[in-house]
Amino acid sequence: MRIGTAKQSYAADEAMFKTDTQRAWFAALMVGLVVYPLVGSGYWMFLAVLVMINVISTTGLNILTGFTGQVSLGHAAFMAVGAYTVAFFDGRFDTPVLLNLVLAGAVASGIGFFVGLPSLRIKGLYLAIATLAASVILGFVFLNWTPVTGGLRGLNVPTATFLGIELATPERLYWLVMPICVIMVAAARNLFRTRIGRAFIAIRDRDISAEIIGIPLFKYKLLSFAISSFYAGVAGGLWAYLFRVVTPESFPALASIFFLAAVIVGGAGTIIGGIFGAIFMTLIPEFLKLAAAGVVPWFPDAPIYLAPIRNIVFGVLIVGFLIFEPMGLAEIWRRVRRCFALWPFRT
Amino acid sequence: MDKWANLEFIDLVETSLAGFGTGALMALTGVAFVIIYKATKVINLAIGEMLMVGAFVFYGFSAGLALPIWASIPATLIVCALVGGIIERTMIRPLMKDNPVSVFMVTIGLTSILIGLVELIWSAEPRRLPEFLPQQPLILWDAFVPSKTAYSFLISAVVVAVLITVFAFWRGGIALRATATDRAAASSVGINVAGVFSFSWMLAAVVAGLAGILVGSVGGISSAMGLFGLSVFVVVIVGGLDSITGALVAGLFVGWLEAMVGRLFGGEFKLLATFSILLIVLVVRPYGLFGTHEIERL
Repeated sequence: MRIGTAKQSYAADEAMFKTDTQRAWFAALMVGLVVYPLVGSGYWMFLAVLVMINVISTTGLNILTGFTGQVSLGHAAFMAVGAYTVAFFDGRFDTPVLLNLVLAGAVASGIGFFVGLPSLRIKGLYLAIATLAASVILGFVFLNWTPVTGGLRGLNVPTATFLGIELATPERLYWLVMPICVIMVAAARNLFRTRIGRAFIAIRDRDISAEIIGIPLFKYKLLSFAISSFYAGVAGGLWAYLFRVVTPESFPALASIFFLAAVIVGGAGTIIGGIFGAIFMTLIPEFLKLAAAGVVPWFPDAPIYLAPIRNIVFGVLIVGFLIFEPMGLAEIWRRVRRCFALWPFRT
Repeated sequence: MDKWANLEFIDLVETSLAGFGTGALMALTGVAFVIIYKATKVINLAIGEMLMVGAFVFYGFSAGLALPIWASIPATLIVCALVGGIIERTMIRPLMKDNPVSVFMVTIGLTSILIGLVELIWSAEPRRLPEFLPQQPLILWDAFVPSKTAYSFLISAVVVAVLITVFAFWRGGIALRATATDRAAASSVGINVAGVFSFSWMLAAVVAGLAGILVGSVGGISSAMGLFGLSVFVVVIVGGLDSITGALVAGLFVGWLEAMVGRLFGGEFKLLATFSILLIVLVVRPYGLFGTHEIERL
């Protein structure tokens, strides 16, 4: 808490931004997002778009895992559902981009609803395994429902066209992805100021107590699954527009671990944690690529070892953060901020 | 349907026997999983990867260092025990007091680390293990059983029998069962609970490593062979997480089911069948056929 910000109403305490400093930083961030395309170009724009897609998806998983406490090992499969939906509708019927994205979210959300159904009987780790089972079954559907998913060869995605403009390059796609990302993250933040969001948190903290104080567990768990999958679906749809091809290989089981890692590393149960985690986990492979290119003069084989080292780094990050910093990057960020906010006093 | 018409009875018998062979390996790996779960209440998602490590270490000793088989198998098992112990000490022990979900997610991270390490040392391409089981196929009545399948079944059966005997009579086995029943009570009668944790991980790693050698000698090894762990997962959930009997019965059943489905519908339907079974069991009887039904209190 910042010094000298005594709140005098409940609304002020629940506000999205609690101090003018926060508002100023948020405005600066928005300006930065608008200015970024002027500075970055080519590969950096591609990275920015990819990061934002992952931010949307990670925020979705964070709603389910971080805020509702239901571990999901099938998040990538929901993204795949969104990607296939976009590829199918845009390829077959040439429907408008925004409609496709909403459809992607809706279809993924419907399937998420079904995947959540076992939560009627099971919870915790059993539920995590049920989501794993669901993602294996979805993978089977993608591979074998050839008329719709194109089987092993997958589907090509047409260029996204928005108001007559072809969003063929990451530079242009940025202007579609960035606003959607900002809106969806803001929506997630607001969700946890509502009755529904607080019910999610209560379920995470102690499900039996939550039920006793009158929260219908099953309804809210399903709702959490549906919302989380909606985010994944939209992210998957945007992913399809970015890469322009969707195959059963696009979202391997390891991708689900990627998003789980992003939630853990960023900080489960905080919106900003999801953002940090997604940025961090997306940029790590890029950083490793740079490092590998840097040591090539001494170790010519370095690029071959890139993929295994990436796996190891992902794993070590998950394990390390769980053991040493279970609240993730968000907690580190909070400590740094508090240091400044309380200055000149020390904590 | 004519796909079914030319299916002969003997063919089904052979498929079933092959299925039981795979099933025995699943049961063996399932037992490794159950040992960890019973002692430490950790759901180890990395069991398939521990199996893979066993297979690759064996490959390293027998093909890489060209050691004879009688030396490379014990050497592999010792390395597996060390790996299991290291995992327990560095990753599991620090989180034992935390909630089970964090430990579960640690094992997910472990999956990624083990795959990465194996690919780093041996690269991702598939390999074959050196032949060490007798080649002579087994003819049961009229049915033809490949020798590797028969021997994996036999070895698994012997190992499981030894394990069950050990748990029933040996002091360490009794300590393990006591810890499984009530951690605090076991500790208060002087059982070294932390030691039991370490021991259970090492033992499970050895059993999984042995299963890995057998699985690898039947189907070859690759960094993706941890996928076998997915079927093992189905086995332990169907059988009940804390039941060795359950792992055996469900292992044979799932192995048989996969073989039959693969024979009748094609290989891509195998995982679909097992995971459908998994979903049904999770919804109908979440604690499995033989598992303990735990009642939750506030």
